[in-house]
Amino acid sequence: MAEVVAVAAESLAGSRARAARTVLNQVVLPGEELLLPEQEDAEGPGGGGERPLRLNAGARSRVRVVCGPGLRRCGDRLLVTKCGRLRHKEPGSGSGGGVYWVDSQQKRYVPVKGDHVIGIVTAKSGDIFKVDVGGSEPASLSYLAFEGATKRNRPNVQVGDLIYGQFVVANKDMEPEMVCIDSCGRANGMGVIGHDGLLFKVTLGLIRKLLAPDCEIIQEVGKLYPLEIVFGMNGRIWVKAKTIQQTLILANILEACEHMTTDQRKQIFSRLAES
Amino acid sequence: MEGTMHADAKIRAETGTESGPRGPGCSLRHFACEQNLLSRPDGSASFMQGDTSVLVGVYGPAEVKVSKEIFNKATLEVILRPKIGLPGVAEKSREQLIRNTCEAVVLGALHPRTSITVVLQVISDAGSLLACCLNAACMALVDAGVPMRALFCGVTCTLGADGTLVLDPTAKQEKEARAVLTFALDSVEQKLLMSTTKGLYSDAELQQCLAAAQAASQHVFRFYRESLQRRYSKS
Repeated sequence: MAEVVAVAAESLAGSRARAARTVLNQVVLPGEELLLPEQEDAEGPGGGGERPLRLNAGARSRVRVVCGPGLRRCGDRLLVTKCGRLRHKEPGSGSGGGVYWVDSQQKRYVPVKGDHVIGIVTAKSGDIFKVDVGGSEPASLSYLAFEGATKRNRPNVQVGDLIYGQFVVANKDMEPEMVCIDSCGRANGMGVIGHDGLLFKVTLGLIRKLLAPDCEIIQEVGKLYPLEIVFGMNGRIWVKAKTIQQTLILANILEACEHMTTDQRKQIFSRLAES
Repeated sequence: MEGTMHADAKIRAETGTESGPRGPGCSLRHFACEQNLLSRPDGSASFMQGDTSVLVGVYGPAEVKVSKEIFNKATLEVILRPKIGLPGVAEKSREQLIRNTCEAVVLGALHPRTSITVVLQVISDAGSLLACCLNAACMALVDAGVPMRALFCGVTCTLGADGTLVLDPTAKQEKEARAVLTFALDSVEQKLLMSTTKGLYSDAELQQCLAAAQAASQHVFRFYRESLQRRYSKS
């Protein structure tokens, strides 16, 4: 069938890898291959774009690019493994080619080293606590990993308590381990979270949006009522205000923030501020 | 809050179904897809092809029983529930086919000793059920953020008694056909991931059906792209 062959030919041409720079901030799908900047020139006129001046035209200078979440290295190229918007951050100190990553919307958390998370203590066995962080395995937390804890002076942690800590070991092959002190031995805000308040779950994308440096939502919420709030990178938020009603209102606002536009949010805040 | 709690990405892709009788080529039924409609699973999707509709929920990477864990990759489980009655042998065999397709595409090595569970519920069956299940499973896996090396789609085609090839058949066309072939194709190079066939057909006819399915899969992947772009444009 001639028409079928023609369609097949154009489909093969369509799967050619695209340059990462041309796809920035666009939606990428799993299976797409992205070319890194210096490879466009090697590909010939198909790549387009400026040709940098080189003193020795023969040698290809390799720039170190960091491959973030949602991308995997596949030979010389980047393979997209999750659906989302492709983002890029320029290197701060000028070395290397920056970081590429995919901003995807997800509900399930996968432990990452260095992340601050809210966990729920599920068991006490010997010298360690088992903490549920929402991943595939409970994390382990040693009783000595609290500020001022010694073998004689054990921390007051019961099953069911909320813990805010960070991961020191989190890879795919080992059980995740978390601690409630930083590298200097100070708590720095980590440890057991107070008994009142409300813990609820949101998507990971919303947490990242709320923790972005220029997020207005938190400033507006802070103007409404005095409150205490803890964000865990595993999608959990703990909120405490003066009364239960205020706490519930804050929880509802934060959950709904994901689906509201800026105008709708400002309307709701102004309505609440009046009442 | 009264606002929509679930992101709605309903797309109707017109793929030339209104014009005239179907001939060989890409005449697929009306598609519709919605993602993130269930609140408990990590990812969910509903896929409709004509009147056939399947709802899928994906959980993972989650805890796995020690008896089922695999030391170096994720354990993929597929559960297919029919519209009425208890699941039988036909559902088991379809589950196996869907599982093999998903295993070829999901990067299980990134999440060893975890489980990824795909639960499919048939809402209505009007032909091409396995293809609709595969499409819905792919959309749900993308919604859950499970790392994949490519997207995949399912295409069914039937061969009539006189050799006419019909893509995306209805239940009536499937019953009257001489052979029914279902293919699962990947998005990178339209390679064949899974094929299941029923009936009598020749070697040349198999190649012809495969070529037609590969051409039709372009439409499905274009629909996936539009649907996902629409979803991410809302945020």
